[in-house]
Amino acid sequence: MSNVPANLKYAASHEWMLLNADGTVTVGITDHAQEALGDLVFVELPEAGAHYDAEKEIAVVESVKAAADVYAPIAGTVTEVNQAAADAPESVNADAYTAWLFKMTPDNVADLDKMLDAAAYQAVADAA
Amino acid sequence: MLKKTVLNAAHRVLNARMVDFGGWDMPVNYGSQIEEHHAVRNDSGMFDVSHMCPVDVVGADCRPFLSRLLANDVAKLTVSGKALYSAMLNEAGGVIDDLIIYFLTDTRFRIVVNAGTADKDLAWMQAKAAEWKMDVTLTQRRDGDNALGIIAVQGPNARAKVWSVLPQAKAATEGLKAFFAAEVEQYFIASTGYTGEDGYEIMLPAGEAENLWNRLKDAGVAPCGLGARDTLRLEAGMNLYGQDMDETVSPLDAGLAWTVAMKDERDFVGRAALAANGQQKQFLGLILLDKGVLRGHQKVVTAQGDGEITSGSFSPTLQQSIALARLPMGVAIGDEVQVDIRGKLLKAKVTKPVFARNGKAVI
Repeated sequence: MSNVPANLKYAASHEWMLLNADGTVTVGITDHAQEALGDLVFVELPEAGAHYDAEKEIAVVESVKAAADVYAPIAGTVTEVNQAAADAPESVNADAYTAWLFKMTPDNVADLDKMLDAAAYQAVADAA
Repeated sequence: MLKKTVLNAAHRVLNARMVDFGGWDMPVNYGSQIEEHHAVRNDSGMFDVSHMCPVDVVGADCRPFLSRLLANDVAKLTVSGKALYSAMLNEAGGVIDDLIIYFLTDTRFRIVVNAGTADKDLAWMQAKAAEWKMDVTLTQRRDGDNALGIIAVQGPNARAKVWSVLPQAKAATEGLKAFFAAEVEQYFIASTGYTGEDGYEIMLPAGEAENLWNRLKDAGVAPCGLGARDTLRLEAGMNLYGQDMDETVSPLDAGLAWTVAMKDERDFVGRAALAANGQQKQFLGLILLDKGVLRGHQKVVTAQGDGEITSGSFSPTLQQSIALARLPMGVAIGDEVQVDIRGKLLKAKVTKPVFARNGKAVI
């Protein structure tokens, strides 16, 4: 059974989001996603400053088994990327909620309210 | 409805991640695939390969039948127990399947074919036996009352671990060189494998497979899924049917020329097509120099034209991405080429198509 923290928001495409005090949103992939992918060996991050529409491919995570796209869960501009996750992809396996991938400034912070809460995401993960 | 091997419940007890593998419900890993890979390179690991299909070939015409059926030459099999790797070709010279054949007596051979091709293979063999009026009986041993389970135990410590569990097998198997088999009681123990490591593939009555699996586990053999099996065989430069070759690919373009016995005048299915077409492509290795992961079907850009990756992944032994690729003639080992990964051209080096064996990098 995968770990789904109650304080986060989720996308059905298996990203988690945390709204920070400065108005940015931290994004990573969920524990369910890392477990399904298996041992991660490569992470490709977006460029800081780039703008992405919601549901656009923004990053790539690759395990020994497969490559998976990471999608921008909401529209926004990337403010920072976590190079440590790219340098040590296995850190995402070790703790998917500590090893975030990027931060973005949302175009509209209210978009977060439309995302899944932990219970709704748990149902998505259980059905996968 | 997915098919299950006799070890399905044992995998679930171990919390394996199960996947649909060509219609079979199989374990892809039990935890970390990379740790399973290292267990085989450095110690011992075991795989459930009971989805593969043994076919017993019995009858007076075994040798003439197999001589005509297979691209490799069973005349090489002169000592009882010796095994041979071969492709089975269609008339156009495409690969119907790759298989291992074990010589037991002149009237009894055993072939092991791939899981996903077993039905097609058996139908092809039956049709050819009838067409050529051969006195042979072909019996599949995967399903039904006489079904066999197959456990591959691989790694530098695999033999010792097997003997600790099956001491009665030691005398008959400790002298086995690579690619031989011995029959001990109800066990068929072969020094074959798909990892580039020493070890055995053990066939036994299906009903006894779970007990042997559990005893090997208790002896410290790591359960390994098909994920690790794939990275191990990729590092060892061993072809995977359906990825590196299929019915549309000549064995000469899939790095299998060494398995095609063309020296004498022996007539075998596909020979005329191979002779007419010759080799069109080279089957070589790639190591990615930039960061990323090589995968099947990615385009390879070379000075001699485009090629294609047939299998690619991350090599746990080399800690780099590696691949097997079909490349234009003229590309040389050591050349730098480019691979199109999601629209970006990344640098890769051409290598011989083998990366690691017997616990070590060979590149």
